[in-house]
Amino acid sequence: MSTVAPEADGLPGYNFAYLDEQTRRMIRRALLKAVAIPGHQVPFAAREMPLPYGWGTGGIQITAALVGRSDVLKVIDQGADDATNATSIRRFFARTAGVATTEDTSQASLIQTRHRVPETPLRADQVLVYQVPDPEPLRKVEPRQAETRRLHAAGDYGLARLALYEQVARYGRVRQAYNHPVLVNRGYLASPSPIPRFDNGKLDDNSALQLFGAGRERRVYAIPPHTRVESLAFDDIAWDTDANDQACSQCGSTDTYLDEIVLDDAGTRAYQCSDTDYCGRQQWGGVGHG
Amino acid sequence: MYATIKGGEAAIDNAHQWLADERRGDRAVPELTTPQIYEQMGRAVDRVMIEGSLADPALAAVALKQAQGDVAEAVFLLRAYRNTLPRLGYTEPLDTRAMCLERRITPVFKDAPGGQMLGPTFDYTHRLLDFDFASCSEPGSAARATPDHDDPAVPVTERLVAEGFIEPEVPDDSQAVADITRESLALPAGRDARLQALARGDEGFLLGLAYSTQRGYGGHKIYAGEIRQGEVAVSFVPDELGFAVDIGRMTLTECQVLTPEQTDSDRGPGLARGYGLAFGRGERKALCMALLDRSLQARERGERIDAPAQDEDYVLGHLDGVRAAGFLEHLKLPHYVDFQAELATLRSLGQSASEETDDSNREDTA
Repeated sequence: MSTVAPEADGLPGYNFAYLDEQTRRMIRRALLKAVAIPGHQVPFAAREMPLPYGWGTGGIQITAALVGRSDVLKVIDQGADDATNATSIRRFFARTAGVATTEDTSQASLIQTRHRVPETPLRADQVLVYQVPDPEPLRKVEPRQAETRRLHAAGDYGLARLALYEQVARYGRVRQAYNHPVLVNRGYLASPSPIPRFDNGKLDDNSALQLFGAGRERRVYAIPPHTRVESLAFDDIAWDTDANDQACSQCGSTDTYLDEIVLDDAGTRAYQCSDTDYCGRQQWGGVGHG
Repeated sequence: MYATIKGGEAAIDNAHQWLADERRGDRAVPELTTPQIYEQMGRAVDRVMIEGSLADPALAAVALKQAQGDVAEAVFLLRAYRNTLPRLGYTEPLDTRAMCLERRITPVFKDAPGGQMLGPTFDYTHRLLDFDFASCSEPGSAARATPDHDDPAVPVTERLVAEGFIEPEVPDDSQAVADITRESLALPAGRDARLQALARGDEGFLLGLAYSTQRGYGGHKIYAGEIRQGEVAVSFVPDELGFAVDIGRMTLTECQVLTPEQTDSDRGPGLARGYGLAFGRGERKALCMALLDRSLQARERGERIDAPAQDEDYVLGHLDGVRAAGFLEHLKLPHYVDFQAELATLRSLGQSASEETDDSNREDTA
């Protein structure tokens, strides 16, 4: 399947896209505030969704608040469209909103993602919605919400820098492999969600609006299009993107994030693109794959 | 082609079909009806209702049946449904003082006006597994105490307030009551938000924490002042009428605990209280809630905070069973991208470590 046209007109007995209109408006208001203050975590009254907390309810609520009848929705998990949870979320919206769905990044108007940023560059008419388990980049250095709010207000990110410095001092490099915090618009420190460091660069100056939803923690935040996003780092330590030195065994790409696939018990490994749509497009030139 | 975690739609459909089949079990056994559940599994229904924040025994029974008796799953089903219901308004405050009592005990007084009524309690039953239940058990009808209206059971805490031991709780109508289902809970939380969070909290988590206060982790000497159980009227003021009408009755369990004021408190000597309220006969829940309402008053009472049960960020941040179960179980989702990034880092750290070892070996030999 590439793009699937809408089938039904939503789920009987439920509002379009599940949430009632008051709730959708409440979330859109929170998102407007989030866009106005890039990187700042805006509290919102997350609802129980029919999918469990921790399984993407923040992203789902943003998608449910934004989705309209003319939208084309793409959902990925770990870069893949056919991962079980991505499938489950895509079906949820196909069922409750009756919207068209796609695996084609360039066809989608709304993309919900978990743990990856698509390899295909995004456009100004697209919105990328991240599922965020923990919106608080300072949680590991300060578990208390009341205190982290104060640190953000004061722009006091000394503890976060110290935590990185401790990794450098101990391991000779930054140990944070994913979810490496970013400074948004030279203001707030934000969690990029657990994307690999490889993807951090894609957040910077992106043409698309990037929205982040944490349902369990009841926070949304945003990176508006073409916003400066810098990974928290030191001037005198080179930023290591964790780039591959392998090529994708399927499409031959050398500039994508690759999944490592263990082929046998002897530990033989193969590599292929984590972004299944991009990989297919490289192999078949984007014509009728899958 | 790698397909262990992928394979989406067909696998999900098949798994759910299997789940439904397993729920029904042996077709030779008659199917459970939801009236059987709410009539005969009332305590489970009560727990699902209070943690699900929806007082509807029939729907809670449907949730329990659909969840195959998994209480956490049933709570989740009920919450997700509740969330889609329109909010027509808020009822008037319930008057538990006017409760039609079925059970009322005041453990701090030998007797109290209104008397002691045990009601339908497990207390004092001998926990002997009754093999008659393996077949059928038809108990005789029970004699029920009826409240004596000439001797109303005024909560004993009122007398203690009158005697100056407890500060009166003065209604504050200057601001709207918090609604944690409609606004994000901000910390520090007011007592209204705290009590709502405790009421929705997972009973197991609350029980463990409340127990910890009894074992010295932030505890005080705790007395159960009064526990009352029975029906109260629920009244509502419709906009078009402008006066309150009773729209139904519900069974509730209310609990007030008392603690002698701590010496490090900045208030004078006296008694402080904690409050708990649960749907149905959720007495353990109400009691846990009352203990934790009290321990969480540490900040506003200026007490030293050194135990988990006194730490609002800790307690309110972790008591919600639906949130906790969801996030815990999300570990079952694929995490191969972050794990692989982790492995790559470990490998490169391992490489630099072995290079360092090589270097040091060279130095040794040099």
